[in-house]
Amino acid sequence: MRTNLQIALRFLLAKKRSMAMSLVGIAFGVGFIVLTQAVTTGFQAFFIQTILGTDGAIRVEDKFQSLTTTFAIEEAGTGEEVERVVIEANRRYQEGVSEPRLLRETLERFPEILGVSEVLRGSVRIQSATREGDAQVMGIELDDHLRVSKLGEQIVMGSLDDFRSTPSGILMGRDLAERLRVSPGNSVVLTYAGQSTRYRVSAIYETGVREIDRVRIFLHIGESRLLLKRPYGASLLQIALHDPDRAPEVAKQIERVVSHRATEWQYREKLYLDLFVFFRAAAAIMVSTIIIVSGLGMFNTLAMIVMEKTKDIAILRSMGFTREDIAAIFMLQGLLVLGIGVLAGWAIGMVSTYVVSSVPIAVRGIFVTDHVVVAWNFDHYIGAALAALVVVFIASWLPSRRAARLEPAAIIRGASQ
Amino acid sequence: MRGEAIRCDGLVRFLGEGEGRVQVLREVSFSAAPSTVTAIVGPSGCGKSTLLYLLGLLDRPDAGEIWIGGKNLATADDAERTATRNAHIGFVFQFHFLMLEFTALENVMIPMRKLGRLRPAEMEARARMLLDAVGLGAKTHRLATHLSGGEQQRVAIARALANQPSILLADEPTGNLDVKNSALVFDLMVRLAREHGQAIVLVTHNPEIAARCDHVRPMRDGVFV
Repeated sequence: MRTNLQIALRFLLAKKRSMAMSLVGIAFGVGFIVLTQAVTTGFQAFFIQTILGTDGAIRVEDKFQSLTTTFAIEEAGTGEEVERVVIEANRRYQEGVSEPRLLRETLERFPEILGVSEVLRGSVRIQSATREGDAQVMGIELDDHLRVSKLGEQIVMGSLDDFRSTPSGILMGRDLAERLRVSPGNSVVLTYAGQSTRYRVSAIYETGVREIDRVRIFLHIGESRLLLKRPYGASLLQIALHDPDRAPEVAKQIERVVSHRATEWQYREKLYLDLFVFFRAAAAIMVSTIIIVSGLGMFNTLAMIVMEKTKDIAILRSMGFTREDIAAIFMLQGLLVLGIGVLAGWAIGMVSTYVVSSVPIAVRGIFVTDHVVVAWNFDHYIGAALAALVVVFIASWLPSRRAARLEPAAIIRGASQ
Repeated sequence: MRGEAIRCDGLVRFLGEGEGRVQVLREVSFSAAPSTVTAIVGPSGCGKSTLLYLLGLLDRPDAGEIWIGGKNLATADDAERTATRNAHIGFVFQFHFLMLEFTALENVMIPMRKLGRLRPAEMEARARMLLDAVGLGAKTHRLATHLSGGEQQRVAIARALANQPSILLADEPTGNLDVKNSALVFDLMVRLAREHGQAIVLVTHNPEIAARCDHVRPMRDGVFV
């Protein structure tokens, strides 16, 4: 093998300019795959952290009653009934959670569940000293809600302690506060079903999700019951899990156990998550074209080497090199370029990911960030190397096979004529 | 088989396809003993080189047997024929066929490295000894491209002898050299082969070279005459 490697290296160095072009292409292809995956995965992970920190891993909402249908199974031929099977045909939903405390006690027995927060939700009119608009009230127990969200980390003005100690305090989304031109310490009036109540803005939060930040206000749950005239029950229970990736299976278990609709974050945010998957795949495919073009270049160069080295192949075969040795010599040329290209590509990917991560960029809408978010994931490096390996393998395999099939007698006969 | 380094019986070989298919060898039988030099002579296209490639296991006959080391290798599998070439047969071709990216020393070491019988230091020592023997001891580290035609052919002889083969096959080894170099290369090849008891079979058009061989086998139209 060492001899084959040495021969491969010498053949390669004889074509160093062409091979260098392929190597550069592979290096940049691998580097760009690493970079694009780091950025798209980084933003995706950041988005997931944002939605988990805002709306939790699972939301348990409306109670349902299964409507069943019974099927009779009859024996073939006799028509005699053998068995009856009951299946769920439909569901009848009842809005909200009527017994939040009981439901919560049940849910807290699930070992996967980290915390449960009872939420009472309703739509109100909000009025500041200068403007008015619509808002969505979320009545919460602050400490419970801090366990199932990152609300504490999302405060951008004012103080959470002020909210905790002030029964009439509210937490307001940043976009809504800007629209109403209010800041912590200002008063606003909330109106529901013709009844108006004055509250004081304790703090302003920013989740980065514009749809939330422009309408949502948090109240103590007791105050929200008074405002929304709902002394009992809750609109939903927000749940945090130890492992958010297990949300779909836990949601199914919850539905079976408590007969309430449980929606996991993967289903709730499917649209955005699918978009991220699409962008990751599109970026990988586009950048892979660089590697494919380099692979074509490598194929051409190796095919040329095979044509130029037919006499060498013949003499190697006459000296006792097998067809497998000849194939290995040409495969090794590809693998040498691949090895160096992948290492260089990883270095390019690493450096460019680091540089891009410090690029300032203001993102608002589905999350908030002031710089490009990247994910440092070893899988990206392995994936990029595998993509290059597939291309280089194909590009090397075809010329190798051709070289191995050459008949030494035919080459020598041809050279002697 | 005793006293024969190589023997073939009833070799038949066709070349070409369809209407262009011609019979190049017609039941040729031949043998060569150790320490002898046999010249195969004849006009172009009579089948000399084809016979040599068959004897060297570079090509397969359509019929017949090739015996080397007590085995019929005409129908053996590719792996066995390749291993036999490596261990028992040395080739010298008209056009040298040196690996141009390698030095003279490396060229001579390649078959030894493939065989793997010697340690690296022993391989290098043997390669140097062979290059000394062919008069190139001072040019061991020259790339093949920096050697003259005569020098390249001498490196090819050293390479052919690297694994101490029992058979040395040469296809017009002096065909591409001037008179002075032809005599030099031939004398060298014969001397080294005789010293080590190798059977030399060479194809040549040169009557002076043929006249100096132990045996001369003229060929015409695919048979010995």
